Amino acid sequence: MGVFDPVIELGRGLGETLRSFLFERTVTVQYPEEKRIVSPRFRGRHVLKRYDNGLEKCIGCSLCAAACPADAIFVEASENTDEKRFSPGQRFASTYEINMLRCIYCGFCEDACPTEAIVLGDNYELSFTDRRQAIYTKDLLLEPVPSVDMLTPRKVDAGVFTRSVPEMKDPSV
Amino acid sequence: MSKQVTLSINGISVTVPDGTLVADAAKMAGIDIPVFCHHPKLEPVGMCRMCLVEIGRPMLDRATGQVVMENGQPKIQFMPKLETACTNRVSEGMVVMTTTDKAMQGQKGTVEFLLTSHPLDCPVCDKGGECPLQDLTMAFGPGNSRFIYDEKLHLEKQVPLGELIWLDRERCIQCARCIRFQDEVAGEAVLGFDERGRNTQIVSLSDPGFDSVFSGNTTDICPVGALTTADFRFGARPWELDAQASICTQCPVGCNTTLNTRREARAGGDIVVKRVMPRQNEEVNEIWICDKGRFAYHYIESKKRLTRPLARRGKEDKLSRASWDAATKLAAQNFASAKKNFVVLASGRLANEDLFNLKSLADTAGGTAILYSDMGGGDVTALVGVGQGTNIGKMGKGDAILVVASDLYEEAPIWWLRVKQAADRGATLIVANPRETRLDKFAKFIIRYAYGDEVKTINDFGRKSKISDEFAKAKNAIVFYGNEGLGLNGSSILASACATLLKETDHIGKPNNGLVGVWQRVNDQGAWEVGFRPEPDLEKALKGKSVYIVGADPVGDSPALTKALKGAKFVAVQDILETATTETADVVFPAQAYTEREGTFTSGERRVQRFNAAVPVKGDAKPDYSIASQIARHMGIILEGTSVSVVFDILANSLDAFADLSYEKLAEVHGQWPIVGRGDLYYGGTTYENTQGLGVQLVPTAQAGETVRIPKVRKEAALRPKEKELLAVPVNKLYDRGVTTAGPAQLLDQRIGEATVTLHPSAAKNLGVEAGARVKISFDGMSNEVVVKIDDTISAGVALIPRSMGLAIREPVVAKVK
Repeated sequence: MGVFDPVIELGRGLGETLRSFLFERTVTVQYPEEKRIVSPRFRGRHVLKRYDNGLEKCIGCSLCAAACPADAIFVEASENTDEKRFSPGQRFASTYEINMLRCIYCGFCEDACPTEAIVLGDNYELSFTDRRQAIYTKDLLLEPVPSVDMLTPRKVDAGVFTRSVPEMKDPSV
Repeated sequence: MSKQVTLSINGISVTVPDGTLVADAAKMAGIDIPVFCHHPKLEPVGMCRMCLVEIGRPMLDRATGQVVMENGQPKIQFMPKLETACTNRVSEGMVVMTTTDKAMQGQKGTVEFLLTSHPLDCPVCDKGGECPLQDLTMAFGPGNSRFIYDEKLHLEKQVPLGELIWLDRERCIQCARCIRFQDEVAGEAVLGFDERGRNTQIVSLSDPGFDSVFSGNTTDICPVGALTTADFRFGARPWELDAQASICTQCPVGCNTTLNTRREARAGGDIVVKRVMPRQNEEVNEIWICDKGRFAYHYIESKKRLTRPLARRGKEDKLSRASWDAATKLAAQNFASAKKNFVVLASGRLANEDLFNLKSLADTAGGTAILYSDMGGGDVTALVGVGQGTNIGKMGKGDAILVVASDLYEEAPIWWLRVKQAADRGATLIVANPRETRLDKFAKFIIRYAYGDEVKTINDFGRKSKISDEFAKAKNAIVFYGNEGLGLNGSSILASACATLLKETDHIGKPNNGLVGVWQRVNDQGAWEVGFRPEPDLEKALKGKSVYIVGADPVGDSPALTKALKGAKFVAVQDILETATTETADVVFPAQAYTEREGTFTSGERRVQRFNAAVPVKGDAKPDYSIASQIARHMGIILEGTSVSVVFDILANSLDAFADLSYEKLAEVHGQWPIVGRGDLYYGGTTYENTQGLGVQLVPTAQAGETVRIPKVRKEAALRPKEKELLAVPVNKLYDRGVTTAGPAQLLDQRIGEATVTLHPSAAKNLGVEAGARVKISFDGMSNEVVVKIDDTISAGVALIPRSMGLAIREPVVAKVK
């Protein structure tokens, strides 16, 4: 090994730094001022979806809780009426809670959902100052509505929303 | 033993009793043949076609009748088409194939067909997760359907069959299990089919809808989610529930139940009982429970539950919170200073261990232990009670059952069901009652006597008649006696008369023979066993005494007792709920409900059974035996107060009847038929398998080989109503207003109804009233407004008053009706 070898190596390294400084695009994102757009398959915080008419897709079937490997979801169901309707059909989730400290973002709940109500969204900004805050209740998880008259529960015409699971289409067609 | 038949199922040789159905034989051998309409407790119908299998029988030579042999083996002839395993009975040499391509194709086709109109409701269906249709579709279904989607039939989804059961017409697969249960098992044909073909629907034929106290059982055996209970509607998914073995506390039958519990946000994060399910015990309740047992448990979560000890500082002060130590010390001081005037008044709602500790406390302190009950004869049932090994489910031809002064349907529905089934099997059923009851329909002999003639009726069995002959000649005989129209004295005499009859006809000391008391509360028999006795003159026994009332509400029940307790020196009340009695008490102890603790009950058939803690304790409540021991300690008496099993073992050591028992022995189980439980939901329904104990039946003195001397009770003078007066007699009602029926859930309110008085049409005519009218009835210096009911099977001079409906009636009294 020559005496100048370390100097040459140092120069090579600095050259690489200079090259990337001059010729490469910067990858650093100025978070939180700037936010990176996540991939469509990203699994962030859950969102409870609504139908276009504002009714909740969630029917309180608790299959997400059954599928959850971390036991992070708690669902309790109650009965819908046309006077006070939350979701189509007879059953809705009167309590829906996800403990985000337990959740491992595996997406099994999404797969288990028969109405595509629960979706892992793009929100990854989850930080809490105490453990209780980590429990997301139904009002935190539900998608916002575009107008006030679409809020749930609401009064609907009798006998219209009788089915919990959307009518299945013939898969062969 | 009946003839045994050997057949081969899937190549396995199986030996079963002759007459067994192929589907049952396969189950006995551990082979699954899928079924929907078949149920081991019901007659076969072959409606669903799910159990299609290939069945071959040895070929017989037409000329000789001999089995045709081929290569040294009998030649097996298979039917050209598949046969139903649930309607074919086994025969010698039969060959059954359940897994051949042909059989599988048949099963697949049936599932595909059953699913043509079944809605995709599984996520919202209460049955989802314990549904035979789901399970069998996964196991035997084709996986896809050739059905045209647009032709799916849509029917009504929310049909109330009465206020307790909901019907979803779309989900129904027309297996008729519910209809057949009501017809064959319950004997109340209140359900039926309407329309035909694809539009066949279940309808309720009664008014009020689904008028049966066994309606909840149809939801257990329904193989789909068509029938669900209003109580559990959307309550939880079955897999989220925990299960704990318990005993129903609503009547003396002692049905084995399972409490399903879950943590609930609505209850503030507490673990609560979500539903009560039957637990199999073929010798007690088989796989059924009544609706009261299933739905009346809500009282344990009442807002009126006592959670903290309360005490009065001075006589005029209000009840205020006290520490356990201070409250028990206060009671102990008063009890100790009362000496002979110390009275323990406890009811049969308590467990054996509680009653044993209370009795020990009373005995050691020199006081008296009184049972709060209107019915006597528990000492007689201990002598000549049904023998160990009794199983009404095995009684049939040649046996006799006598039911006297009791409406079993209202007082002990599961006994009614089993007695009715024994009559169906050929047992001679004799019903002796002053009015028509639902059991009359199944009785061979009906004896109609006037209220007051109960004992005479039983003594008449000594004279020669067709009825007494048949009873005397019966192989086995059981007598059920109750307290319809009777008070403490009357029922004591009746018990002795029944015991004498049984002794004279040699129907004591053997299994399936003996006397059964139809008690008012779950553990009245146990209270008698540990030495509690009711007191004829309760008012006198309480006046001026220091009284320790446990699990009873005398103030709420009777104004006379209220007066007596006002004159008491000191009153300590121990209960789970706030009652009228706790309001008048000097000190109140909160006790744990049966769902929060463990212990044992003794049923009317003298079976000792264990119940377990299912939910956490409310507040600072303690179990009754433990409170008694704490008070005892302050009085210088040492009683076990921490472990139920230790109390039970002390009890077993001190009482002869319990001598062979231990707490562990009560938890023993053995195999039962039919197989029910988790893996076999499609076969027996959702009734729980018994894994936590079948209990042990006590040996009555007569069976232990000792001589039996039946106690004689002196009869009180009969009441003679004057003109314009009626004899008011107490009768029992299933859905009453007792503290353990009415709860925060209003589910049963409609069935409980209002206080009534039942009159003979002519008596009603004399008064100028019709059914449904309101009248004022006065007796014992009280008057109440009640609704008139008419019954033409009673005599004109009586008025029937249901117990525990707000009217204080403990025994027959003379009453005026306006």
